[in-house]
Amino acid sequence: MKKPKLNIAVTGLNAIDSPGPGVSVIRGLREAASFDVRIIGMSYESLEPGIFMHDLIDRTYSIPYPTAGTNTLLERIEYIHSREKLDVIIPNFDAELYPFIKLEPKLKTMGIHMFLPTMHQFEERHKVNLNDFGKKYGISVPKSKVLYDLNTVHSLVSEFSFPMIVKGKFYDASIAYSIEQVKSYFNKISAKWGLPIIIQEFVHGTEFNVTGLGDGKGNMMAAVPMRKQYITDKGKAWGGISISDEKMLDMTRKFLRNTKWRGGFELELMKNKDGELYLLEINPRLPAWIYLAVGVGQNIPEALVNLALGKKVKPYSEYAVGKMFVRYSWDMIVDRAEFEQISLYGEL
Amino acid sequence: MKLNKNVAVSESGLLFNPVTGESFSVNPIGIEILNLIRDEKPEEEIAEAIMAKYNTDKPTFEKDYQDFIGILSHNNLVESHEKTKA
Repeated sequence: MKKPKLNIAVTGLNAIDSPGPGVSVIRGLREAASFDVRIIGMSYESLEPGIFMHDLIDRTYSIPYPTAGTNTLLERIEYIHSREKLDVIIPNFDAELYPFIKLEPKLKTMGIHMFLPTMHQFEERHKVNLNDFGKKYGISVPKSKVLYDLNTVHSLVSEFSFPMIVKGKFYDASIAYSIEQVKSYFNKISAKWGLPIIIQEFVHGTEFNVTGLGDGKGNMMAAVPMRKQYITDKGKAWGGISISDEKMLDMTRKFLRNTKWRGGFELELMKNKDGELYLLEINPRLPAWIYLAVGVGQNIPEALVNLALGKKVKPYSEYAVGKMFVRYSWDMIVDRAEFEQISLYGEL
Repeated sequence: MKLNKNVAVSESGLLFNPVTGESFSVNPIGIEILNLIRDEKPEEEIAEAIMAKYNTDKPTFEKDYQDFIGILSHNNLVESHEKTKA
């Protein structure tokens, strides 16, 4: 039977030292068994490496930053859609999810499908709300506090012991061993990502991640746990291995059952020396290491697309344990004309 | 003494714990002992096999064996001493 050909737009093409998930998502889509693809890249910066990976991405269009507003983004998508007849968009950044979730009904009327968490799910799992989230759903989370003002930093001494984690609302986290360091990270992270800043209790242990897919009805469509083996100075996994841990899968099932999560996700977990699991963060999108899930037998990007199109999808129940991913960097030689094209005309 | 189920031991001596994702390497004598443990041989039989093959005495074997088991246990690769004794 001939496979349908889908036009799928993907963001997160910044395959850099702190990589966006786009290129890995695209590799999964290119290997999909149920459809063929034409991949449309959507980029924010002219030097996002994915733009120049012509074997993976057929054409790239620049799109406005989320700060430009939802209408500006919609206008740009309407233009891209007029050229490319998009079937599906897969946004891959936390910061762009808010406008895309808002646009989902409108895009659907245009024939463009997405499979995103609801606005309620997106807001509820936010780092700022993690304490309440843990209480509501009976999931262990480290104690945290939200700070809007540098002058309130001193109050932390009575509530937290050192070290403590200083986190940005979207990205970035640093371990602080003194109030001076808390202040320094507060300023540094808030300058980049804005307020609030989240202070989180430091849990000693080993960090694990689970990526997966929820169908929006409480079912686990896919889930693969991974242990980071090689971590960059930005805390990103540069190598990892798939593992088999029933406790992690049980926590993932509980998270999905209770929240009825819709879409891809990544759970950041910490296991302490007693084997207790803490949920540190819920990323509302697929992670940069998603190709490991594809490599161990769960093509989550493919399943996500089929769910977005309203197709019946059989949940994945198995994956290969002990498979590793080892990331590498690669220098592409790019003609200046291509850089000019994407920089000046926003298309390549 | 039992190796925890699912712990994979390669011929070249790489142990992989699929629950934690940790890998460990052991030397050739370590592989021999692990294979004997996997075959559920009692410590006495393992001691005889190793002493027959290598130039060592019982006290030295016992000390090294307990050290080795301690490391395996610490890394959750074997059932704990308490469990085994019970």
